[in-house]
Amino acid sequence: MLNNAEMNIEKRKEGEALLKIKDISLSFSQYVSGLRQTELKVISSLSMEAYSGEILAVVGSSGSGKSLLAHAILGILPSNAKLLGKMEYKGQELTQEKKEELRGKEIALIPQSVNYLDPLMRISDQVIGSVDERNAELMKQTQRDIFRKYDLKPDVDRMFPHELSGGMARRVLVSTALINSSKLIIADEPTPGLDEKNLNETLSYFRDMANKGCAVILITHDIEAALKISDKIAIFYAGTILEEANIEDFKNDGENLRHPYTRALWNALPQNKFQAIKGHQPMQDEIIDGCFFYERCSRRNELCSKGTPQLKMIKEGLVRCNNVS
Amino acid sequence: MYLKAENISFRYKKDNWILRNVDLSLGSGEVLGLIGDSGSGKSTLCKILSGYEKNYSGTVSIDGTGIPPGIYNPIQLIFQHPEKAVNPKWKMKDILNEGHVVSQDILDSFGIKKNWLHRWPNELSGGELQRFALARALSPKTKFLIADEITTMVDAITQAQIWESILDIVEEMKIGVLVVSHEKNLMNRLCHDVVHLSHINNI
Repeated sequence: MLNNAEMNIEKRKEGEALLKIKDISLSFSQYVSGLRQTELKVISSLSMEAYSGEILAVVGSSGSGKSLLAHAILGILPSNAKLLGKMEYKGQELTQEKKEELRGKEIALIPQSVNYLDPLMRISDQVIGSVDERNAELMKQTQRDIFRKYDLKPDVDRMFPHELSGGMARRVLVSTALINSSKLIIADEPTPGLDEKNLNETLSYFRDMANKGCAVILITHDIEAALKISDKIAIFYAGTILEEANIEDFKNDGENLRHPYTRALWNALPQNKFQAIKGHQPMQDEIIDGCFFYERCSRRNELCSKGTPQLKMIKEGLVRCNNVS
Repeated sequence: MYLKAENISFRYKKDNWILRNVDLSLGSGEVLGLIGDSGSGKSTLCKILSGYEKNYSGTVSIDGTGIPPGIYNPIQLIFQHPEKAVNPKWKMKDILNEGHVVSQDILDSFGIKKNWLHRWPNELSGGELQRFALARALSPKTKFLIADEITTMVDAITQAQIWESILDIVEEMKIGVLVVSHEKNLMNRLCHDVVHLSHINNI
């Protein structure tokens, strides 16, 4: 793991981020009681960067809007969504047309469950997807090779999704990203409910992809799983990223972590202090003027209640907090 | 008071036993962990204990007496996904008080805020919904709680908050708890004792 980290620092010196997200916000307009419309803000002032060869984990509680971040990158948001801010892919602006062109090819999504597969289509056909007839033979061969690597026997090719076990389904979903030799892979909650063996196996697939040069964004609520394989962890809270920390920062009492929420999250783990701070994440329809963590923070001051704190670079990591320097 | 499962056997298909002659005993005030691989029958056992699955052989009893149908079940099950355990067309207030009027003490200990009561289930997060599911299940008549992966989907702080509340309440009410989870560290924190399903399952 240490070698990975060293390699990444090298890479970062050389190269630009593959995907850059700058200050995006996402809201939905909804009708409430008749014709009255409200805006529901689910993501606000969120910035992050994904680098080739690295796994960036986006960690936040379920239902907090992390999946919408994935959907925003892929351009598959519903029509009542309003997305503001800037995204860049390979240094070029990632427009809706560009997203449509790249998704399923250079940018791949690994969804949460088999429910995302077509129940009436044979496994090999949906992994291959739509290809030119001239390439069909070649694609078939590639698909078989990838399946063999993941220990999926030839009879799996002709199965339907309901015939797969949980572990097999996971490997099939991972294969869909590999077959198009995608450069950016977004995995949305790939681990819940897996036992230890399956969990470690699934995580190792992502590490493999990153080691081959892909940028992997791992969206998860499971900080322990994220810590096992990621290079960096972005802490998602109430629709924004409060901190982007390096994996080595998570140790002891969390004194190297930059944001008080990240520290609280670390100390709440059962193997650490199992200590709960009070309060709840703000609801999506609550309008908050200052820092999103203000209500629960032990170090808040007057400045924190006014305006979102600026994103700062501290010790090779990013943080939105007024009280660190 | 003891909850006893004796000789429990269960199968979905002929000749394909999920559980075979399983014995389990849980005392009042005890917190017992149950671990096992995915698909090994943990959730099925939970459903049998709490009366959701009836098609089994063997007995489930409290101090030697079976659980009669049609009255409040003193063995309450909490699921992994609370959004699937609430009626999406009811407001939280009605969901909470469907079985009995939940006391203010319980609401306070789970940190359930007044303004949540007037919301619809889809307006709350998984962690918030799980607090409701727990609050309504911990009535004065509840003697045992079966917690099937109940904090698997929430963040670590919410997990610690929820378990802190549960442990306080079950200690005061002398409720026995069966904790099902894949997380060893969590089990070590919570449980007096941990059993592995494969060790008590004779298949």
